[in-house]
Amino acid sequence: MNKILLIIQREYLSRVKKKSFIVLTFLVPFLFIGMIALVGFIALKSKDLEDEKKVQVIDESGLYKNQLRDTKVITFVYTDANYEQAKTTFIKEGYNSLLHIPAGAGAIELLSEKKPSASTIETVESSLSHAAEARRLAAAGIDTGVLAAAQKRIEIKAKQIKDGEEQDAQTYTAYAIGLLSGLLIYMCLLIYGTQVMRGVIEEKVSRIIEVVISSVKPMQLMLGKIIGVGLVGLTQFILWIVMSVVLSGGAAMIMEKKAMDTVPQLEQVQRMAGNKEELKQLKKLQQPDGAAAEIMKSIENIPVTYTICCFLFYFLFGYFIYSALFAAVGSAVDNETETQQFILPITLPIIFTFMLSQSFIINNPDSSLSVWLSMIPLTSPIAMMMRIPFGVPWWQLAASMILLVLGFVFTAWAAARIYRVGILMYGKKASYKELIKWFMYKD
Amino acid sequence: MISIQNIVKQYAGHRALSDVSMDIKKGQVFGLLGPNGAGKTSLIRILNLITAPDGGSITFDGEPLTRRHIERIGYMPEERGLYKKMEIGEQVLYLAQLKGIERREALRRAKMWFDKLEIQAWWHKKIEDLSKGMQQKAQFVATVLHEPELLILDEPFSGFDPVNADIIKNEILELNRKGTTIIFSTHRMESVEELCDSIALLNLSRKILDGGVKQIKNSYRNGTYMLEYEGSADWDLTLAPFEVLSTDTLEETNRMKLKMKPGKPQNEALQFVLPKASIRHFEEVVPTMNEIFISTVNKQVVS
Repeated sequence: MNKILLIIQREYLSRVKKKSFIVLTFLVPFLFIGMIALVGFIALKSKDLEDEKKVQVIDESGLYKNQLRDTKVITFVYTDANYEQAKTTFIKEGYNSLLHIPAGAGAIELLSEKKPSASTIETVESSLSHAAEARRLAAAGIDTGVLAAAQKRIEIKAKQIKDGEEQDAQTYTAYAIGLLSGLLIYMCLLIYGTQVMRGVIEEKVSRIIEVVISSVKPMQLMLGKIIGVGLVGLTQFILWIVMSVVLSGGAAMIMEKKAMDTVPQLEQVQRMAGNKEELKQLKKLQQPDGAAAEIMKSIENIPVTYTICCFLFYFLFGYFIYSALFAAVGSAVDNETETQQFILPITLPIIFTFMLSQSFIINNPDSSLSVWLSMIPLTSPIAMMMRIPFGVPWWQLAASMILLVLGFVFTAWAAARIYRVGILMYGKKASYKELIKWFMYKD
Repeated sequence: MISIQNIVKQYAGHRALSDVSMDIKKGQVFGLLGPNGAGKTSLIRILNLITAPDGGSITFDGEPLTRRHIERIGYMPEERGLYKKMEIGEQVLYLAQLKGIERREALRRAKMWFDKLEIQAWWHKKIEDLSKGMQQKAQFVATVLHEPELLILDEPFSGFDPVNADIIKNEILELNRKGTTIIFSTHRMESVEELCDSIALLNLSRKILDGGVKQIKNSYRNGTYMLEYEGSADWDLTLAPFEVLSTDTLEETNRMKLKMKPGKPQNEALQFVLPKASIRHFEEVVPTMNEIFISTVNKQVVS
């Protein structure tokens, strides 16, 4: 036991002391936030980032004249020129496309110098549809104002009954938490599992393995390594959580301060304006803050401790089960390039569950497929974390956890049988047949 | 100290050890000799409990060998290795702690050994930054730091330059004088011949010969001598007490390999030559371990 502790200590310290660990630990949260900010920025500004396009319109039907609304990226310019002639000149005149609306029943055509993008086609189509719709409504004598009032969008408030009380269902928050924890577990299984594999290969390549296992049992060395690397992962996580709390706390404080600054200004404006219409607009301006507060409130309503505990459990045991497999792979090869053939079958269940979880489990957390996936040890770490934010019956959670622990015990035992032989084999290209043979060896 | 009885080790497809038995006494320097693939490393791994035999038994000081004993054994494998990214000082301490030594005690002993081998300045250096000789010394320190009663060294001098090999050899002999039992395993039989008290020869998974080095050599003596002399060799050999096996001519002298006739002591050869030539050198030709090995293997093949 004492020796396992020594091994854990070495594996842990040798990794935590590395520069790459420190850099990664402190850089990743910033990179992450930066990445989210960048994606958000691009999404917000995507219209600004697109090229502006000029479309020359020849309307022979006369129905659309001055009816097509310009958008941010597309400007329509009308011309009475002859179509055949315009065809040859529109590019020279600086237009990107030529829109031809024939007089009769012919199809409307869009001529472009290059292949037009899907969004350009869509925008032109929707401009045409809108114009046609407005024209037909007017022809039928329908007041567009009445129509707009009738088309009011309806929002529903999703609630769930829990212990006889109504509660906001917070489906979207559950969605986000499920996706995030699934993604984190997926990444960690691969990252730390590979680290264990590299560690095993390093010991084998540097030939220290024989010295070490003349002092400890191979099983002890394998478990010590797995636990040591796992603790490194845990340390990294805790640091990340602490840092993101500090960072978001800081960000919240800055935002609050800004809000405080704007309140007196608002009041001032209100007093000066004294106009009802302007007041309404100002209230609208305040709305985003209201939405943010709602998100904060819904996060508070989630059982944080419960979710974090489940996350840590599935992270740790998911990692244990996969790293045991990775350790067995590491022991079977002489260098990292040979690992390919063995890694694929190991990573397949992770990738499969991850892909399925994004599309299926998150939308159908209680379907029988989702329940089964959250029970099978190799898939449950990701599948169950997807389901937990939506609420899982306690007996399912208990069964899944017990199965995962049993799965780990079995996997570790099986992996250790391959490991103990593999680490002493040099220059032998391992095949699956070979691995089974190793597994069967007596002690 | 160690008694090996009827050990059998079977790998898929081939047999590494078949029915091997031998005794290693306390305080001995024991040579485990044989060509590559004879089964030496398999036997050593079994002694270190790295692998288990398929049959037979081993006792350590009369008790069946178990994991309790491994802290009394030091092992330097043929393929040396240490963690490349770890400081050597820390590394030596780690390996000693794995053998059950307290960290503080390990530190004291490690300092002493580093001083002795003059590598103390490298304590904080990583293995990858050290020369091969330096690495080997660190490896040796890691092997002996827990003061094992039994030291198992697989090809101990391979990879050392002559100067460092000599330093390590002397350290090993000193440990032996203080009571440590040593097992050398090597396929370069001439390299340990003069160090060993006792040997066992392995070939193709079987032990073909064992015993004290002197006894073995004595049993292989066959009255062959090497004579070096000045003068001509045109002697009448009809009355000579020996047969000439071969002759050759050196720069100033001639050399003759001869074999005494049955029942004739070697002094008669000297008496015979003395009036005829001036003798430079006269020496019994004792077979080397290599020769003994080859002749034993050949005998085995014939029988």
